[in-house]
Amino acid sequence: MIRVLIPSPLFSYTGGQKQIEAEGDSLEALLSVLDARFPGMRHRIVDEQDRIRPHIRFFVNGKMAQRLDRRLLAGDEVMIVAALSGG
Amino acid sequence: MTAPVTLLVGTRKGAFIYRGDAARKAWQLDGPHFLGNIVNHLVPDPRDGRTWLMAAKTGHLGPTVFRSQDAGRTWSEATQPPAFRKVDEGEEGRAVESVFWLSPGHASEPGVWYAGTSPVGMFRSEDGGATWKEVAGFNDGLYPEIRHAIFPGPNGAQAHSIRVDPADARHLYVGISIGGVFESTDAGGTWKPLNRGVDADFLPDPDLEYGHDPHTVALHPGNPQRLYQQNHCGIYRLDRPASKWIRIGRNMPKEIGDIGFPIVLHPRDPDCAWVFPMDGTEVWPRTSPDGHPAVYRTRDAGESWERQDHGMPKQHAWWTVKRQAMCADDANPLGLYFGTTSGEIWASADEGRNWNRIAEHLPHIYSIAAA
Repeated sequence: MIRVLIPSPLFSYTGGQKQIEAEGDSLEALLSVLDARFPGMRHRIVDEQDRIRPHIRFFVNGKMAQRLDRRLLAGDEVMIVAALSGG
Repeated sequence: MTAPVTLLVGTRKGAFIYRGDAARKAWQLDGPHFLGNIVNHLVPDPRDGRTWLMAAKTGHLGPTVFRSQDAGRTWSEATQPPAFRKVDEGEEGRAVESVFWLSPGHASEPGVWYAGTSPVGMFRSEDGGATWKEVAGFNDGLYPEIRHAIFPGPNGAQAHSIRVDPADARHLYVGISIGGVFESTDAGGTWKPLNRGVDADFLPDPDLEYGHDPHTVALHPGNPQRLYQQNHCGIYRLDRPASKWIRIGRNMPKEIGDIGFPIVLHPRDPDCAWVFPMDGTEVWPRTSPDGHPAVYRTRDAGESWERQDHGMPKQHAWWTVKRQAMCADDANPLGLYFGTTSGEIWASADEGRNWNRIAEHLPHIYSIAAA
């Protein structure tokens, strides 16, 4: 299982849950699982060309992951960050 | 007395609903809804009276469309928001940054909607906004041909003013800022420019086929042969089948000029329209000229214009009105409404003679529509 930390802008999808347990052997696979559970979430953070949106960051075990093919292992922690985006 | 009017207001920080009484004097706030969302457009469906669509995003999250099927009481998100096709590895793919414009389709096509986006794209829904597909003739046909002439304004290049001919569901108009006005007679399969007569004084070639900057294009609902356009370079009228616009803004007072964003038509009188002029001098302050706001009305298709500002501030009102932020209801006498960049809503229940501020302290207003 992967522990996923959810930023507040996505609480409307998770029903307010701040942490999710989900499976996936890559960020891409994890996002597919999350999108199946919380429809629409993926499109808000990854665009239609599979690019991470400009104000979103993914950290795996505290290190920023810049590609969706980043491999994941059971026990990893994925933090989704909604970065600063102006006033 | 008329049927109650509801105002759908999209702002930089969410959606606000104002429900009016029958006299259009008392207004009750319902909201904010989706607080913190950037709401570019919030539009009712005149065909069923209960469907509303909202074009939204947040500072962090990508763009989407929210739908209400009970006139704003409950909302759900589009299951397939407007998105360009995924390209193959190595190709340059586009991504929708914001859904900028929403238009209900033809009366004979319930459930059909069109969306205009930034970067420039057009999308169509056939299920009341739940799922969206690209208008291929626009995104893959027109866009590659004209992309060299498209350049973005302060908020990016946008497709807007998608107008469906009430007499022909396959006949569409669209405005592109910056790019020009285009027309399709085959439901968006193919497009041709419609910019003759329109100035583009910001470009070196004054006789371009396209590359102009329409701010709003309006099609008269009762006489779809009659179009108006508020452009970066003036106010225009076009009577089809002619294809050359006439600059009716030349008849505006010289000290006011004919620069602005919105143009609103009287639904029962094709000769009657309102504009909201703004300061387009030098660096384009995008404020009311001299801080003294007013609408200007024509009742003779642009041959002459009259100022209407009774009730508005006489000085130091440094706001203006964006292209989606002015509208009319369909009551008699006609009600007019505009929302300002400073978060005020102004209303007239007598076709612009008298104005009252019905809301203040809202966020920057992007759109207003009457239901």
